[in-house]
Amino acid sequence: MWLKSSSIGRKFIMSISGLALVLFLLFHGCMNLALVFSEDAYNLICSVLGANWYALIGTLGLAFLILLHFSYALYLTILNRRARGTDRYEVTAKKEGVEWESENMLVLGVIVIGFLILHLYNFWYKMQFAELTGIETGAFDPQNGAAYVKALFTTPVSGPIYCVLYLIWLCALWLHLNHGVWSALHTLGWNNHIWMKRIKVIGAVVATLVVLPFATVVIYYLITGFCC
Amino acid sequence: MAEKNTQNTGIITPEMAKIPAGPLEKKWTNYKDHQKLVNPANKRRLDVIVVGTGLAGASAAASLAEMGFNVLNFCIQDSPRRAHSIAAQGGINAAKNYQNDGDSIYRLFYDTIKGGDYRAREANVYRLAEVSNNIIDQCVAQGVPFAREYGGLLDNRSFGGAQVSRTFYAKGQTGQQLLLGAYSALSRQIGKGKVKMYNRHEMLDVVVIKDEDGEPRARGIIARNLVTGRIERYFGHAVVVATGGYGNTFFLSTNAMASNGSAAMQMYRHGAYFANPCYAQIHPTCIPKHGDFQSKLTLMSESLRNDGRIWVPKKLEDAQKLQRGEIKGRDIPEEDRDYYLERRYPAFGNLVPRDVASRAAKERCDKGFGVNNTGLAVFLDFSDAIKRLGKDVVEQKYGNLFQMYEKIVDENPYEDPMMIFPAIHYTMGGIWVDYELQTSVKGLFCIGEANFSDHGANRLGASALMQGLADGYFVLPYTIQNYLSDQIGVPRMSVDLPEFAQAEKAITDKIEKLMKIQGSRSVDSIHKELGLVMWDFVGMGRTAESLKEALKKIDAIKKEFWTNVYIPGEASSLNNELEKALRLADFIEIGRLMAVDALNREESCGGHFREEFQTPEGEALRQDDKFSYVACWKYTGEDSEPELIKEPLDYEFTERKTRNYKN
Amino acid sequence: MDKYINIKVKVWRQAGPKAQGHFETYALEHIFQGASFLEMIDILNEKLISEHKDPIAFDHDCREGICGMCSMYVNGHPHGPDSAVTTCQLHMRKFNDGDTITVEPWRSHAFPVIKDLMVDRQAYDKIMQAGGFVSVNTGGVPDANAIPIPKPVADEAMDAASCIGCGACAAACKNGSAMLFVAAKVSQLALLPQGKVEAAQRAKAMVNKMDELGFGNCTNTGACAAECPKSVSLQHIARLNREFICAKFKD
Repeated sequence: MWLKSSSIGRKFIMSISGLALVLFLLFHGCMNLALVFSEDAYNLICSVLGANWYALIGTLGLAFLILLHFSYALYLTILNRRARGTDRYEVTAKKEGVEWESENMLVLGVIVIGFLILHLYNFWYKMQFAELTGIETGAFDPQNGAAYVKALFTTPVSGPIYCVLYLIWLCALWLHLNHGVWSALHTLGWNNHIWMKRIKVIGAVVATLVVLPFATVVIYYLITGFCC
Repeated sequence: MAEKNTQNTGIITPEMAKIPAGPLEKKWTNYKDHQKLVNPANKRRLDVIVVGTGLAGASAAASLAEMGFNVLNFCIQDSPRRAHSIAAQGGINAAKNYQNDGDSIYRLFYDTIKGGDYRAREANVYRLAEVSNNIIDQCVAQGVPFAREYGGLLDNRSFGGAQVSRTFYAKGQTGQQLLLGAYSALSRQIGKGKVKMYNRHEMLDVVVIKDEDGEPRARGIIARNLVTGRIERYFGHAVVVATGGYGNTFFLSTNAMASNGSAAMQMYRHGAYFANPCYAQIHPTCIPKHGDFQSKLTLMSESLRNDGRIWVPKKLEDAQKLQRGEIKGRDIPEEDRDYYLERRYPAFGNLVPRDVASRAAKERCDKGFGVNNTGLAVFLDFSDAIKRLGKDVVEQKYGNLFQMYEKIVDENPYEDPMMIFPAIHYTMGGIWVDYELQTSVKGLFCIGEANFSDHGANRLGASALMQGLADGYFVLPYTIQNYLSDQIGVPRMSVDLPEFAQAEKAITDKIEKLMKIQGSRSVDSIHKELGLVMWDFVGMGRTAESLKEALKKIDAIKKEFWTNVYIPGEASSLNNELEKALRLADFIEIGRLMAVDALNREESCGGHFREEFQTPEGEALRQDDKFSYVACWKYTGEDSEPELIKEPLDYEFTERKTRNYKN
Repeated sequence: MDKYINIKVKVWRQAGPKAQGHFETYALEHIFQGASFLEMIDILNEKLISEHKDPIAFDHDCREGICGMCSMYVNGHPHGPDSAVTTCQLHMRKFNDGDTITVEPWRSHAFPVIKDLMVDRQAYDKIMQAGGFVSVNTGGVPDANAIPIPKPVADEAMDAASCIGCGACAAACKNGSAMLFVAAKVSQLALLPQGKVEAAQRAKAMVNKMDELGFGNCTNTGACAAECPKSVSLQHIARLNREFICAKFKD
């Protein structure tokens, strides 16, 4: 199968799964943004995306995408290290025009995944999972997600720490996407000498669009938390 | 029997050179119509060795394999794509007349004959002009990205020695693109298994075996695997040598570091004649030398002379100030500049042939008008072109050459005029071949720069690429069949035959002798010494005296080499110094042969300028009554003088004139 | 203005493909900055020979930046710290008095070291043999002007075709990928009508060969294009991806 056996096939999988995840994040971010404007609206969205069959299929799909993206990343890294050979360069210099993030995608990816686990524990475990299984996971009313989020980020001491952790995560995500988005388009062949610059700008814009809604919510609570 | 006849008379007749009868424009067609061919089933049973992967070698190997022969191809570099044809910048000539400026096959033929100062063989040159058009078609079909006009058709530029625009080009990298075209065709055949490629292998001898009639025939080669140091034997029904020129005899030249004349010397020692060794081309536009440690000279394409104007100061005191570094070229006002080529040759101006431009530069520098600290440089100025066309257009046309100049010299050629000086570039002389490109040894063929055939005493710009590809794609693949058709009954021979063993032993003995010297001088230091002697005494201006002096000095260098060279390491492994030493041993012999030939040729023609023979204006003065012949040198033994055999050049179809680029 | 400098050169010495390599440092005095980097190595080798030591083996040939034979990793850059040049065109004016210059061979699984700074790059030849050509035999081709090609297309093909096959792309790539090399050839021939006929087949064959030979996977870091001595650009990789993916979907 060329999607596994050929280098471009493998990169094709990375691109498609990555872009799909970007779409999900955009959607997720927009949903979060509702919090800032109306807690009721957020709760409505939460209820729609609760333990429904379509939300569950979506969740499974997401899990598959993440697993695919991450396992391919590991596989590629192993292959690439092997291709590099056994002897390493004594001196490596910064190469002009090479983005730092492009050479550290795996590191950034691992950071993103690490926080994802925290995030799943914070939210998914306590929201969808709790609803699904009926297990009592905490002092949390599944019908009022907004209150929970607010509580998480505004509780004294732990709130601001969570805020900062999430901001670090978002930075890593931004860097990951700043390279990932244009690189995915490039890998799919959607690039030429005119579009090279544009596609990089598009990448940065998409990365910002993804990260901004999440960051807005966190910063919103950080500020409101301090003010209160 | 060509060989037996010449021994009696010392003359090679047109029949011996296998020149077909008939009018000039019919000769090649006639030949092809009547030559013998090899049928496809028999081609599979024949092995052909091709040594070299430049334009001639790669195109020949690919074409022969496409036809069905089994080809063994050798190159000394790590890949066939690195052959020095790759460095040709300017372009390739063809008589397409796409520009509607009156070009024709005859005109290309005539320009080449005239440019060669009437010292080339008419039939060969006409054939070259004839197939030139096929080359362009072939290369375009291979995907060579020639420059194009906005209408999508091919563009042309002008080159020296012609009044039409017939040069096709791919930026300043024409040689590269043509070579990569041939390399891709070769790669295709290697992939198919029809060509067996031997990278990093250097030919060290040709193996000649007598057939049942006692006729010696080339049957294989001895090569050294440069990585392992092993000496290996290879059999072929015929051997084609395409190993380029011997310009590196001068140490400093525009040739690549590994370019050498050893294969030519090996053929020579087996009885192939060395023709016109003294014809070496000195290219007028090279970057001047900057120090004793210099390893090679870099050429700036002749195409620069399309728009650049060559000048030196009119006043000696300005030149002296330039030499002391007190002023720059741009500080000298227009009226104090001497555009000496435009002054001396109004009709051709800056586009006179290379030998004329080089000598004119030397003449000015000898008079003290040189423009750099060594006094050995003239200006090539683009300020007019920049004014006329704009910097953008100039950059588009010559950008990569300008960048190269700036990287080497560290001066911006858009602001200060470039400095250039002549340097050894190409050797028109080489192994003598007949019309079939076969040497005087049966089954041994020689193509490309390595042979002597098409350029006479001087080669026009953009004609080397033409000749290499003509030989490789369109001439040799035909003519070799005329030989091989007789060989279909010859089975593949074992490389254990005594002739192979003897040849190998001679090589190992020679290597052992070299390794044992363990003297005190590096190969390069001796090579540099040889180069200086060649440049000073067998260079741009030669005299009987200088040449006699050169012979003495070369003999002394030879003695020094064989008694005092130091080669580190072992022969049985990768050893660059040993490789260089083996090449230098042959360069010394070639240098000697060049001097002998130059001394014999008491006239000035093309790249060979004997100061005793010049017009009052300092132009080359030919002696057609005495020297209208190809000087073929026959090897007679290690310590005896070579024997001169003459191939008279009778011009049937062109009138011989004194070259005139003035009006 | 060029002057004379004293330097130290730290060079990778390795006796053979299987031998253990190590660095050795040599001091050189009075090196003219107008000398090329390889001329500096020549001077060093002359010195080693005069001391009856083994000179440094390195690949080089044309010394004018076009044959692609020279291959040194100098101070962390393939072909050294100057831009858009090969090692042979790198000049000593890029270095200062007192510098220690580290010189290494290309390091990549597909380019094993032969000796010292010399590596085996036959992998690139093999990729070319797999499909880097237009399948035409000598003779029997149409007139060169039979198919007009728009100038911008021809120019772009020329940019791709300027690749010299030196291996700097794979040497610079943290993934040891040869994508820029393969892309340059695929792109050049896919752009031209003469090569378009076999474009799909070519892309597949060359990529398969590249993967088979153990080159890495491209992650678009752009180090290859940044270090390419002929400035072959990254966009050609996009074209290769396009050609390859389309070809696979058509199958």
